[in-house]
Amino acid sequence: MIRKKLRVAAPAAMLALALGLSACGAGNEDSSSDDGAAPSGDSVSGTLNGAGSSAQEAAVGAWKAKFQTANSDATVNYDPVGSGGGREQFIAGGVQFAGSDAYLTDEELTGAKEKCESDIVEVPTYVSPIAVVYNLDGVDDLNLSAETIAGIFAGKIATWDDAAIKADNPDAELPSTKITPVHRSDDSGTTQNFTDYLSKAASSVWTDEAAQTWPIKGGEAAEGTSGVIAAVGGGDGTVGYADESQAGELGKANVKVGEDFVAPTPEAAAKVLDTAKAVEGRDATDIAVDIDRTTEAAGVYPIVLASYQIACQTYSDADTAALVKAWLTYVTSTDGQSAAADAAGSAPLSGDFATKVQAAVETIKAA
Amino acid sequence: MTTLTNPPGPAKTPGPVDVHQELYGARLPSWGPRAVLGGAVVVAAALYVLAGVNVMLAALIVFAISLLLPVWSVVVEGRRKATDRLVTVLVTSSFVLAMFPLFSILYTVITKGTKVLGVDFFTFSMRNVVGEGGGIYHALAGTLLITGAATVISVPIGMFTAIYLVEYADGNRLSRWIRFLVDVMTGIPSIVAGLFAYALFVLFFGEGVRMGIGGSVALSVLMIPVVVRSTEEMLKLVPNELREASYALGVPKWRTVSKVVLPTALAGIVTGITLAIARVIGETAPLLIIAGATDSVNFNLFDGRMASLPVFAYTSVRNPGVPPEFSIDRAWGAALTLLLIVMLLNLIARLVSYYFSPKGER
Amino acid sequence: MASTLDPRRKRSTIVRPGDRIFSGLSTSAGILILIVLAGVAAFLTIEGIPGIFASPDDVKSGQSFLPYVWPLVYGTLIAATIALIISVPIAIGVALFISHYSPRKLGQVLGYLIDLLAAVPSVVYGLWGIGFLAPNMAPIYQWLEDNLGFIPFFAGPASATGRTIMTASIVLAVMILPIMTAICREIFLQTPRLHEEAALALGATRWEMARMAIFPYARSGIVSAAMLGLGRALGETLAVAMVLSVSAGTVTANLISSTNPSTIAANIALSFGEASGKTVNVLIASGLVLFVITFLVNFAARAIVDRRKEFSGAN
Repeated sequence: MIRKKLRVAAPAAMLALALGLSACGAGNEDSSSDDGAAPSGDSVSGTLNGAGSSAQEAAVGAWKAKFQTANSDATVNYDPVGSGGGREQFIAGGVQFAGSDAYLTDEELTGAKEKCESDIVEVPTYVSPIAVVYNLDGVDDLNLSAETIAGIFAGKIATWDDAAIKADNPDAELPSTKITPVHRSDDSGTTQNFTDYLSKAASSVWTDEAAQTWPIKGGEAAEGTSGVIAAVGGGDGTVGYADESQAGELGKANVKVGEDFVAPTPEAAAKVLDTAKAVEGRDATDIAVDIDRTTEAAGVYPIVLASYQIACQTYSDADTAALVKAWLTYVTSTDGQSAAADAAGSAPLSGDFATKVQAAVETIKAA
Repeated sequence: MTTLTNPPGPAKTPGPVDVHQELYGARLPSWGPRAVLGGAVVVAAALYVLAGVNVMLAALIVFAISLLLPVWSVVVEGRRKATDRLVTVLVTSSFVLAMFPLFSILYTVITKGTKVLGVDFFTFSMRNVVGEGGGIYHALAGTLLITGAATVISVPIGMFTAIYLVEYADGNRLSRWIRFLVDVMTGIPSIVAGLFAYALFVLFFGEGVRMGIGGSVALSVLMIPVVVRSTEEMLKLVPNELREASYALGVPKWRTVSKVVLPTALAGIVTGITLAIARVIGETAPLLIIAGATDSVNFNLFDGRMASLPVFAYTSVRNPGVPPEFSIDRAWGAALTLLLIVMLLNLIARLVSYYFSPKGER
Repeated sequence: MASTLDPRRKRSTIVRPGDRIFSGLSTSAGILILIVLAGVAAFLTIEGIPGIFASPDDVKSGQSFLPYVWPLVYGTLIAATIALIISVPIAIGVALFISHYSPRKLGQVLGYLIDLLAAVPSVVYGLWGIGFLAPNMAPIYQWLEDNLGFIPFFAGPASATGRTIMTASIVLAVMILPIMTAICREIFLQTPRLHEEAALALGATRWEMARMAIFPYARSGIVSAAMLGLGRALGETLAVAMVLSVSAGTVTANLISSTNPSTIAANIALSFGEASGKTVNVLIASGLVLFVITFLVNFAARAIVDRRKEFSGAN
């Protein structure tokens, strides 16, 4: 008897559970927009889907939160599948915008234009300094020139009391600890930008080209920014490269620019965009830039990651166009940039460059 | 009154020692094993406290000293008994060895995960949350729905396949192929399962498709072989006498299978299914590809992105934002929640086997 | 036989609808699995073929496909083999302990705990590997290098952080332990009690009972369990990616240095996000290679099991 009853009761209970679950929304989500303040006339609605760079994810999280608060009927989703995946999906028409740590290649650009049936809008939205992080007992302040950094990561400088490091830090007391350089094991825009810096600023020492994959053998490898931070934090005499905002307790080296040593701060990173060169042969709305790694301008930090958001200029659907435009307008606005700076430690766009970016976003329209 | 423990010790067989000796041969005193183990632990603990050897070395010392037991036994009891003692030591040590990572992992997850647990954590989503606060409601709902759907897909397919293999196939060519290919299927990397599901859904729904059900399909690819394998093994272990007895009573084959064979193997099958669910509920890579990521609650398996606990935990750890603590704490909370779900599932599985298994000798 | 008894023969030819439906369902479930697998194989082949023949420019290492994939194959096999060598004996031991050595109640609780481990997401295994296991293994690797350095496996230089292929294999071993333990345990518990008691009654010690009554009965199940474990070890993605310090294109017997070969699955995870165009095809082609490896390994295992079929427990 009991068994019979249970046999009926179990599925029934599961069904009830499932129904109960589907009946209620999350405690912090309002299904209707009864926030008190009625949405103003120009608020947008709908679902906007993006995919791409995982470096941008924390910033996108902040933008989403603010954007969805202002437009309570809009939902923005962002899959942090990686820049390559984001560009692929954007070109295939799978997502309405992509986040990418590198600007579109010429080939990709053609594909994207075909899919959009219009020009594209490609704007840097997230600029973040990449710090050379280290963990060395008793050393809190470290200056490094580009050649020294390249020597360390190429394995040519093996101990911390090497003459090259001493030359950069005449006042510091350096131990004879072995150096363990840590690099990213996954392909990443961070590695691309870091190796780009090494190959341009220290071309005599670093002979490999810029690449998403760490180009040389040897050394310690770790997955993701968090992995590098953990590996550097886990050993003594370790050194790695990672998003400045995630460095936490680790020491951050000052990098030689011109005659000075510049600390990796968002402010110093933001300045690098002013010296960056626009990529030739691109439309006005395609603000792809090559960062000048060898700059000697005062107070500029050259090891930065500039991550883009890519969208079509025209969308066949008016709602989508409005949504994308509103999103990118917010993202590139002063508000949006400072929200990202708070939540992800990025360098806010400013000045003429920001105006140029905002003008490009302004051109998004319905077909 | 069947017990599998050692034959009764001397205390239970009163009488002259000679008779006992003659019947059982010389034996170690019943306190022997305990004394050796106790001694080993004391020595290791002393070294740990006084000489500061590390935990792993201390464990190794306990193990090494425990090996004295079979040595002692070989002197007193002879080789057969000594082998038995040796195996007992080895089996117990392997168990203790397995407990090390187990407790280490459970301890880590529980201590780090309990920090964020609270009503809000289970009832809030991450929509419009930056920094502190927020919850996993959206991911919890997504995980339950996606895994639930995967179970609904995989369990019938897996069980019927196992039934085919054991009851109907008679070792024919098809069955040998199926059995073989099911094994091959266990080796599909989870990320490939995700890519496959994505490619499949793109065929029907076009580029950029994101659906919870796609995640279920990807998980099913990973889950089916586990269900088939464990069910098959359990069905094979049902004694043929039971089937024959049933046929002899004129019961049709399908009723024999469903009323005699399946219930007999039920406990094992249910364990297998629970394991299969546990195997896939923590999968990250395929869900990131096909189910995507979102901050909002979505109950519709057939439309749009759906969050899930493993993806949530992975993305929270990987890109925590500033400061990272809040996000990483939430990730541990999500991992702990997964553990709790599986614990609950296990409990349900045990209840099911308890109530529905035929009452027999076990 | 039946031909002599006319009425019985007639009855046996009656096709009951229930039977027909049931056997039809079972057969189609089996065939559905074949279709799914064929689908996966077709997907891998169609997407992978362009990758196999991709020009060296599209392959990350700037070489053609074979030199690119070979170190990955090597790493995959090494990691899975070590994981299996570690975990199979332990899984059998633990299962035996739970089923036949420990007190019943305790055994149930412990079995429950081990089942729980199966649900820990790979991310957590990865974090555990980086945060707990690797630092604790580092001194051991140093010791191995100092004292056993003449063995190629321990040639060093030992990794300072402990994030070696040995550590990754141990993490894999821990990951596959629960599923193997659970299956072995269930099978050991199913050993006919009469066999066990007969063995004991003949004066067998507990170990002899296990060897004579339990293992022959459970052999096929143990192999199944090991195959499931191997499958997971070969295909595990995230945990390996997080724990292992990889260096592209390495083939080495050294298990304790920080220059390790990657595994196929981990490499896909590490490279897929940033891949585009032909590079994606190359990665999927490496997935196809893994698929073929799994195929071959299982083929070999099947051959071994079938040769010993007379001992199989299935009646």
